[in-house]
This record gives sequence, C-alpha cells and structure tokens, in this order.
Amino acid sequence: MEKLRYALYTGCTARESTPELLKSTLAVAEKLGIELILLDEATCCGASHLQDYDDMLSLVLNARNICYAEKLGLTMVTICNTCQLNTAMTKHRLDTNPALKAKVNEKLAEVGLEYKGTSEVTHFLYAIIQDYGLDNLSQKVNVPLSQFNIAPFYGCHNIRPSELQNISNGGENPYNPTSLDDLIIACGGNNVDYDAKNKCCGFHAELQSPHTAAVLTGNALSGAIDANADWMVTPCPLCHLKLDVQHHSASKAIGREVKLPVLHMPQMVGLALGCTPAELGLQHHVTRVNFV
Amino acid sequence: MDEIKSKQVTFKLFRFNQETDYLPYYNTYVLDITHEEVILDVLNRIKWDHDGSLSYRRSCRHGICGICSIKVNGKAILACKSRLFDLIDIFGTELTIEPLSTKRAIKDLIIDKEDFWDKHAQVKPFIDTEIDEHPSLENLVKPDDADKLLEADYCIQCGACHYSCPALEINDRFIGPAAFAAAFRFAADVRDDSALERLHIVNEEAEGVWDCVKCMECAEACPKDVDPIQKITKLHNMIFQAGIAKNNIATRHAVGFAHSIEKHGLLDEGELVRYSEGNIGVMKHLPEAIAMWKNGKIVMPWNMPKSKNLDEVKKLIKSSSTVKF
Ligand code: SF4
Ligand code: SF4
Ligand code: SF4
Ligand code: SF4
Ligand code: FES
Repeated sequence: MEKLRYALYTGCTARESTPELLKSTLAVAEKLGIELILLDEATCCGASHLQDYDDMLSLVLNARNICYAEKLGLTMVTICNTCQLNTAMTKHRLDTNPALKAKVNEKLAEVGLEYKGTSEVTHFLYAIIQDYGLDNLSQKVNVPLSQFNIAPFYGCHNIRPSELQNISNGGENPYNPTSLDDLIIACGGNNVDYDAKNKCCGFHAELQSPHTAAVLTGNALSGAIDANADWMVTPCPLCHLKLDVQHHSASKAIGREVKLPVLHMPQMVGLALGCTPAELGLQHHVTRVNFV
Repeated sequence: MDEIKSKQVTFKLFRFNQETDYLPYYNTYVLDITHEEVILDVLNRIKWDHDGSLSYRRSCRHGICGICSIKVNGKAILACKSRLFDLIDIFGTELTIEPLSTKRAIKDLIIDKEDFWDKHAQVKPFIDTEIDEHPSLENLVKPDDADKLLEADYCIQCGACHYSCPALEINDRFIGPAAFAAAFRFAADVRDDSALERLHIVNEEAEGVWDCVKCMECAEACPKDVDPIQKITKLHNMIFQAGIAKNNIATRHAVGFAHSIEKHGLLDEGELVRYSEGNIGVMKHLPEAIAMWKNGKIVMPWNMPKSKNLDEVKKLIKSSSTVKF
C-alpha cells in the first residue's frame, strides 16, 4: 500500500486538556506507517460558539486553517468531532458559494493566503476505516481486545448533519452508525449496543445549561453500564472530557452512581496494536483506566 | 429497477389508550412489503386488515400537512413520505413504530401536541406590522428579500424536530427547534416590525437559544430541510448584532473564544471557563480542575501553546470581525 500522508489538525483540546489524544494519535500513526504532518499554524475552530458570535470571523479563521493543509497538498485529518464539523461546514459553504468564498479570500489575501478548496477534510476515524482499511488493521492487531465489552460513543458532530458528514464519513447513517462498532470488532473487541451511543453528551451547554448537560452525560454512561460495557470509546475529545471528567455531576443529575473508563479512539487502536499504556497516555485519565 | 420487489418485515407497533390502558404495549405483525410502499400504507393495511381500532393521523398524504409524523426505530419520519425500503436499508427488517413522543400518547400513534403549539405561539409566529387596509398595489417581496428566510417558511409544523430535541426532553421550558425556526422566519421577514421583540424572547435564559446543546438532531429529523439549528445560529448572531446580548455566562462563553484566539490562536480552556463563569462562579469547577490538574490535563498559563504565525491571526481578527460585545 502506498504510504498514507495527512495534514493533522489537532484542535486545541489535544494540545491542552487531553494530551493523551495527541500522543496516542501519533503513536498509532507510527505503528500503521501513516505520516501525519502537524498544522502548527492552525487556530481553534471556534467550537460552534465563535460561530454564534461572529459568523464571518469564524469562516475566515477556519478557511485559514484549511489553507495550510492545501499548501501541503494533503487531506486534512481532524481528531475531534467538533473540529470536523466546523472545518467541514466552512469548506462546504465556501465550495458551494463563490461569492462567500471571494469575500473570505479578500480577507485572507491580507495575510498572503488563498482558500482554494483543494484539500478534503476527514476525521482520523474515517481515514483509518476508508483509506487504511479495517482488514489491513486487523492484520496488524497483536493484542486482540477479545476480553472486553466496549461501548462505542459516536458523538454528534461526526454523524450529524448527515448531509454534510456523508461527504467524508462513508455514508454513515446517524440513526444507526456502524463505523466505531466495526473498528472495535477489527481490534478484536466485543461491541456493545445501547440507545445513547449516537446521542449527545451535552458538552456544548455544560456551562450555560449544566443540568441538561449532566443528564445527557448520565444517560450515556448508564446506558453503557447497563449494556455490560467494561469501558467506552469515543472519537471526540470533548465527549471524552464530559464522560471521563464529569461523572460526579452526571451521577448526581440522574440519581445513580455512573463511572466508566473512557478511551479515545486511537488509544483503543493503540492497545490492540501493542502500544504501552504510557505511549497512549492512559495515566492522564480522571476515571482510572484500571484494566491494563 | 429493484431486483427484489418484496421483503418480509416484522413490525412492532406501539398501542395505548389513555382512557383504558395503564401501560402501553406492542402488537407484532409480520407483513410482506413491496418496494413502493410507505409507512402509511402499512398502517392502513394493519387498520383495514387486522385491527380497526388502530389510531393514527393522516390527511394530505403528500408530505405537506405535517400531521402524520411518527417515529420508526427512534427516527422521526412522515409516515406518508418514508419508503419502507429506505428504512430497511438503515435498520434492517425489524421495525418499531411509535408515536413522536411516547409520554404524550393519547391513543396509539396520536399524541397531544399542546406543548408544541404553546412554544410556537410564544415566539409571535405572524408578521406584525401596520398595514394599509385598502392597498392599491400588491405588497411584493423581492426575491433577494425572500431568500433571507433561508427556507424557514418551508416548515409544516410536523413536530419531528421538536420531539427529537434532547434539550427540550430534559428542560421543558426550552422553546425548542421548531419555534426557534419560526422566530427566525418572522424576524428575518422584511415586512415584519417585531424582530427585536422576538429576539428578546429567544434570548431568555433556560428558554432561549443559549440552552441548545448543538446536537444537530433537529437538522437531521426535519423532513423539509428547514435546518432549525442553522436558524438557531442565526438567532444567536442577530442577538449580538442587535446589541441585546446580556452579559452572562452563555454570551461570555461565545465571545471568550474570540479573545482567546486573538491571544493564542488556540483556546485557553481554563481562561475561557474563568471568563465565562466570572471569578466567583469559576470556583464551583475547582474539584474537577484539581482532578484534571493531578492528571496532567491543565496547561499552566506560562506553558500555553500558541499557533504559529500568530500575527496573521491577530490581523485577521482585526479585519474580519463583524460584531462587538
Ligand atoms: S456528543 Fe457531546 S462533545 Fe460530542 S459532539 Fe455531541 S455535544 Fe459535542
Ligand atoms: S403562500 Fe403561505 S399564506 Fe399563502 S397559502 Fe401558502 S402557506 Fe398559506
Ligand atoms: S441542535 Fe439544539 S435545538 Fe436542535 S435538537 Fe439539538 S439541542 Fe435541540
Ligand atoms: S422545522 Fe422541520 S421538523 Fe421541525 S416542525 Fe418544521 S418541518 Fe417539522
Ligand atoms: S399525511 Fe400530510 S404530511 Fe403525511
């Protein structure tokens, strides 16, 4: 297979509160022989909150991020669902609206950049599945996760709105997504089915609507626990922050103790590929990862 | 043409009569389905051939009255528009048919939509203006002005988004996606004079746009591509543009991103929480912050990573910002 190369848009979280995500992403890429070139020039995507404040500014900043992937002539991969949403949304709006694209490019020209629309934007989960291939991945698995029941937590912003996401996620249906389940199986694990797997964790309203956010997190954790999961896996560091760090408020909100280790998608793949816990940053979790 | 023209499907059908039943139950039917059938055809067949007491609503049969919306395996659909073969593609051949909201069921698939209409009424869903009662000319709207509605006027009030919204499910004061889309539809109408009043209504804490969790369920559920979350984002923008954003945690949370990006390119997560909550409010996050710090999840201010070419970012923030707070 030809060597896969991507421009990696880390987002903020992987460089700050979930350092284990960046670490495990790089570790897995190395094991699989995928080359990731870090986009150090990129800024925060605005997380759909800057979008609420100033639409034009968020378009310009996101377009600037994509420009740097275009300069490398590479597909941009994201490792956060919300980065994926905002970047892909920007790309889609600019690619389908020449007047808007011209307006944004007028701004970018001030700093010597131009958005062309030549780079695709895709989440690392889908790059592994579609470009690397699950069969190829299974062949590399040397520590199959067969003793674990693993609950996939998809996170909204990789699967909805499907019209946008289907451009890069292989036509995943948001009402019955399968990618993360397939990945668990490819790693030798047992995928667990539960209602909340494609629902929202509430992260984006955590500060302004703490009760709503906590109930949603509680529903997700309790659903996975009731389905007999040993742990959860998610492709989104924001979901991770909510599920890993906020189990106290979640337990309080739903009146039941809910606590479950949660792994980032690359950490799970890394375990199956034989990476050590330290290489995957498993010591950074608030809910202890007690099974390795 | 489809090779296979018929498939066998197992239907689990929600049954409940508010007047006689204590709990709902499900009837199971195994039927052969042809490729041209929609869910409404199945409901009709069950009612006509198996159980005449089955209750559901339908009227136009053309996806325009919005009355036939129900859920199949949790997905909100219009019964008269949703082809069985499409649903089988998603879910396989075991389909569970339920009302939009099981807790609001009156009889079988018929629900009490009072809360939906109350929310709708709350946003003044009509054009509010002084009119000339004896006009000599038609009051035409230019195509460009009509485009400003972003097709929010395609809404058929089916409730699919409303009863798919998790924020509303938990917080019944939340106005919800359909009514927000209506608030936008009229606030964006050039003939209307009450935009500001509507923006105040959707700007309220607990009720308004700030409590949306951004799950995109409403965009996914809508059979008319109204894209309610897009309208909710527009309402946020309009609130800032109108200068009526209150200085509270929700607005500071949005504005804080711009501050952080200007300074670092990346988000300063700790500072965002402090700025949003204020110096006192931030204290309630202390236990989590300590747990995160212990596990190496908090970056100290002096170690805060910065984007390369930050001068570009600062320049763009200056030239591209369109609102002030
Ligand atoms: S699941 Fe949570 S963090 Fe993930 S996209 Fe939805 S709200 Fe955001
Ligand atoms: S154009 Fe509007 S007001 Fe006229 S019939 Fe259609 S829906 Fe009613
Ligand atoms: S995006 Fe907001 S309004 Fe739409 S369904 Fe989710 S919480 Fe409700
Ligand atoms: S916005 Fe769409 S889903 Fe919501 S009520 Fe209107 S037509 Fe139905
Ligand atoms: S019967 Fe009118 S929309 Fe389905």
